[in-house]
Amino acid sequence: MAKSPQKAPSKAKAPAKRPAKRTPKAAPKKAPARKSSRLPVLKTPIYKASKAELMDFYEQMLLIRRFEEKAGQLYGLGLIGGFCHLYIGQEAVVTGLQSAIEPGKDSVITGYRDHGHMLACGIDPNIVMAELTGRASGISKGKGGSMHMFSVDHGFYGGHGIVGAQVSLGTGLAFGHKYKEDGGVCLAYFGDGASNQGQVYESFNMAELWKLPVIFVIENNQYAMGTSVNRSSSEDQLYRRGESFRIPGVQVDGMDVLAVRGAVEEALKYVRAGKGPVLMELKTYRYRGHSMSDPAKYRSRDEVQDVREKSDPIERLKAMLMKQGVKEEDLKALDKKVRKTVLEAADFAEESPEPELSELYTDVLVGQY
Amino acid sequence: MAIELKMPALSPTMEEGTLAKWLVKEGDEVSSGDILAEIETDKATMEFEAVDEGVISKIIIAEGTDGVAVGAVIAEMTGEDEEEGASPVPSPAPEASPKPEPEPSPEITESAAAPPVSRADDPAVPEGTSMTSITVREALRDAMAEEMRTDDSVFVMGEEVAEYQGAYKVTQGLLDEFGSKRVIDTPITEHGFAGIGAGAAMGGLKPIVEFMTFNFAMQAIDQIINSAAKTNYMSGGQMRCPIVFRGPNGAASRVGAQHSQNYGPWYAGVPGLIVMAPYDAADAKGLLKAAIRCPDPVVFLENELLYGRSFEIPDLDDYVLPIGKARIMREGADVTIVSYSIGVGLALEAADTLAGEGIDAEVIDLRTLRPLDTETVLQSLAKTNRLVVAEEGWPTCSIASEIIAVCMEEGFDDLDAPVARVTNEDVPLPYAANLEKAALIDSDRIIAAAKKACYR
Repeated sequence: MAKSPQKAPSKAKAPAKRPAKRTPKAAPKKAPARKSSRLPVLKTPIYKASKAELMDFYEQMLLIRRFEEKAGQLYGLGLIGGFCHLYIGQEAVVTGLQSAIEPGKDSVITGYRDHGHMLACGIDPNIVMAELTGRASGISKGKGGSMHMFSVDHGFYGGHGIVGAQVSLGTGLAFGHKYKEDGGVCLAYFGDGASNQGQVYESFNMAELWKLPVIFVIENNQYAMGTSVNRSSSEDQLYRRGESFRIPGVQVDGMDVLAVRGAVEEALKYVRAGKGPVLMELKTYRYRGHSMSDPAKYRSRDEVQDVREKSDPIERLKAMLMKQGVKEEDLKALDKKVRKTVLEAADFAEESPEPELSELYTDVLVGQY
Repeated sequence: MAIELKMPALSPTMEEGTLAKWLVKEGDEVSSGDILAEIETDKATMEFEAVDEGVISKIIIAEGTDGVAVGAVIAEMTGEDEEEGASPVPSPAPEASPKPEPEPSPEITESAAAPPVSRADDPAVPEGTSMTSITVREALRDAMAEEMRTDDSVFVMGEEVAEYQGAYKVTQGLLDEFGSKRVIDTPITEHGFAGIGAGAAMGGLKPIVEFMTFNFAMQAIDQIINSAAKTNYMSGGQMRCPIVFRGPNGAASRVGAQHSQNYGPWYAGVPGLIVMAPYDAADAKGLLKAAIRCPDPVVFLENELLYGRSFEIPDLDDYVLPIGKARIMREGADVTIVSYSIGVGLALEAADTLAGEGIDAEVIDLRTLRPLDTETVLQSLAKTNRLVVAEEGWPTCSIASEIIAVCMEEGFDDLDAPVARVTNEDVPLPYAANLEKAALIDSDRIIAAAKKACYR
């Protein structure tokens, strides 16, 4: 016990480090001196938002929730088909993160639970909803559907249906930022389920090896479809999943938009300084099933209700706003405005025509051969 | 105004279900997220949540009712918002509505669906152009180097491509010329770096991803097919993926079943991909240059046994070949032999022997496997009326199968004999020298098939 394996290397490190520094032109093939065993520790302060910012966050989260509720409704009516994964409950994650990045410079990529990310990227709700209903005016001309939506103009690179694929792709986007020296950072979102995929670790390895500007965002909503984190993950503290690749991780309350914003600002500072990737685990919760056709028998109704009552990100922010003197009727008015936007999106999505049959053959390839 | 609550669908296939239980009664105030009822099908039970706030005014379908059709009104509620009251949407009617098309959104780029163009010919090689003999390996390297010189967004990544100079020395010298920013050694993680390459391409770069062999690319095939090939379509033409996945493909020499497989038919079956499999040095160079410039994802299948072979190549600046154009390697009148990659060499050998026996064979190198140049194949069939496909690969669901189908569908009247396929044996490739030889295609088998097609 005296020879604790954790202590030994850190003691041995101090003298070993110095000579390495004094000989900058050491033999090129030689591996550099082993880095300190300690990983950098990133701070996770609570963001101090102005009242206007709080109102913005509130509106953004409300828009996502109402949009998703409406999508659920349209699904129930048969207007949306196939798979439809709702983001209800997780709104604070994407709202906090997206509010901190620089549009036009940074890039965003996520999995199939992507509606909220698109709205938070500022994409018109009409064309997102119209994609869900499979119409010609949808963002992918009706050819992508709920899981496959993209807007290069908004730096939103999808919308990917294969669990974990977006992590490698996002690392590739970060590679592009570094290669082009455009100062951008990629936010690569994935879930607790994807965090068990092999390619995620392949990407972690290369991202740290090449110091790529990427923030790996694990939205831990506790359930990979119907399997809880504890039943699927040997290390259930997912923020530690990057440690063996020397990627610092932080665990954040993903139900608190200010905690999310505070933490991502520190992460962005680290990544923008060229220090390599950061792993953020956002503890969150989805109220709805994995997809619309999920009977949700793997958890109790009480569990869901409990989260709703105690930790709902929108209610939490609402209470904060009211404490700061915002009147209930102002919030009601905001809700009304958001509902109107969503209703218009639903009407647009329903009234838009289906794609022309000739669209079947377009966009398979870019070139003509 | 009343909001109609309709029987929800739990899945895309549900048509009706049981309204198992009401959790609210008339007069109850509900808010968004409250559970109103439990719905059951033979597969699942699901809770039906309120979307709007309001008061349940009327329950129309009693609990315990079976066979409630999706979309049937099961209850009514009065909404808090008048505007919300306008929300009830008509029952599922996703038919194209007669309303005029809404204004196109700025996100959507209109791509004119131009009719397919007639394929371009190979660049003319002026008379008197000098020729140089180079290996396929050098031709591939030169193609990459030339494209990297003219386009900064082109880079190469893969296992051992940089310091080791390429596992098969295809990338020899590139690190020296272009540096480690553009010639990148990866860890042994095909799935990860194929995804990183595809992501970089989506972000606007032009990656060349080398697989040490395509056998290892099976680890990465999800990224090639699901990410690279489908994104342009799924995004309605917004997001491209101009990437080249290249490396040796097919049987090498005594490396056994896991390292000896032809993936041509696998990738050629995927819409959204361009698939090339050149034979000689000039085609290797001209097609790889075309692949790197291509705005679509390209799977570029090389062959280890061909790397060291030398061929004449015209000394032309910027020798780029058209994609999707087959090449008539040898003209003939009696029988057509269609092949690609290493099979072309065997077909040419067979044609030489056949000539000695009075059979004048035409040899076609497909060069691109997707899109297939069926026009050149059918024109040749119309001339010779007999066709053999020679393929170093398995017979089932092969390129040969595809060519045969095309001949049946579009060239039936030109056929004087059934189209024959000559392929590897339908077994994993064995290691033992004699068994390997027995399993692989050779020119003798092509000769036999051609004679049979000629009833000789």
